[in-house]
Amino acid sequence: MYVVVIGGGNVGYHLTKELLAAGHEVVMIEKDPARARAIADELGSIVIPNDGCEGRYQGEAGMGRADVMAAVTGDDEDNLVACQVAKMRFNVPRAIARVNDPKNEKLFRQLAIDDTVSPTKTILGVIEHDIPIHDLLHLAELEGGELQIVEAQLDADAPVVGKELRDLAMPEGSTIAVLLRDGRALLARPETRLLAGDKLLAVTSARGEAELRGLLIGE
Amino acid sequence: MRVIIIGCGRVGARTAAELDQQGDHVTVIDTDQRAFNRLPATFAGVTVRGNGTAEDIQRGAGAEMADLVMALTEGDNRNALATQMAKHTFGVPRVIAKINDPLRAEAFRSLGIETICRTVILSQALITAAHDGAEATNGMVEPPTAEPLRGAPPLGSRAHEQATEAVAEEGA
Repeated sequence: MYVVVIGGGNVGYHLTKELLAAGHEVVMIEKDPARARAIADELGSIVIPNDGCEGRYQGEAGMGRADVMAAVTGDDEDNLVACQVAKMRFNVPRAIARVNDPKNEKLFRQLAIDDTVSPTKTILGVIEHDIPIHDLLHLAELEGGELQIVEAQLDADAPVVGKELRDLAMPEGSTIAVLLRDGRALLARPETRLLAGDKLLAVTSARGEAELRGLLIGE
Repeated sequence: MRVIIIGCGRVGARTAAELDQQGDHVTVIDTDQRAFNRLPATFAGVTVRGNGTAEDIQRGAGAEMADLVMALTEGDNRNALATQMAKHTFGVPRVIAKINDPLRAEAFRSLGIETICRTVILSQALITAAHDGAEATNGMVEPPTAEPLRGAPPLGSRAHEQATEAVAEEGA
């Protein structure tokens, strides 16, 4: 695959290195000339020492034939503009933006950025995993955020403990897919009876989420 | 009209003050509290300290009810993000971004943003001034208000005396 990476900070550097090691063709655009030189010294002449938000340098990087571009600088606004230029001028099939403020993710998707990656949200997810919480844990988004994969941990006092799945009044557009019990994954069947300690993986629409939470975890 | 101005630099402060004077409801956002010192004492609008590209700050500044958002910071990309957020997240009917790079300005117009580019405006004014004189630029290039000082100091003036003394000393 041909990949253009914009931003040569720690994320851009390691991303480029990994992609090269995996045999992909990569070009990086990094604004700071000293940083660009240092990376070129190590990884070879694949670095364009210029502003990756500018169409001119994206053209020089061969954005027109890129399969993927990833804008991974530390500034959300630069990542947005770099992706928009790549989409508008070069019609790149897949534009990925690093998003630092998790609140920007939705806007970026709305603005035709194909994928967003939020380190903040990832770390938040890890922290949430370690702390017992009485809420649905967001694992992933599908269909551009329309659907969510969520996890619910059932305490002994959860309202659905002891019930069979077929007896649950699931909100419309929500479904339980898999149960995690004793470190094993079980397919959710109508006759499956829920036990305290079960973790449920469910797919739900944004609208049905609050109702699902009330049903599985209680108030 | 309810206007939100992001960036209280010289341009932002002046625009905010003028609109406020004309009776518009103006809210100015800047990350630096000291930037608001550029506003005149008579400014009757609202100031909000914070990052104008952050959703919470825009909401707090009343973006949901704004008729117009102008992003006038020194960062082209920041202005592009701020205006697109105002337009798409809060449904602001009109947004204007200050974009200093003419190529980028053109790209953002195709995304439904009004842009103002000082590079283009200044160079157009200068070209008009070069060909047709400052008066033809409609106030963009200002003609001088007085003739410049020139020639020797007039006879009898203190400057003339000093010059005469200096010449005499040099000859001695």
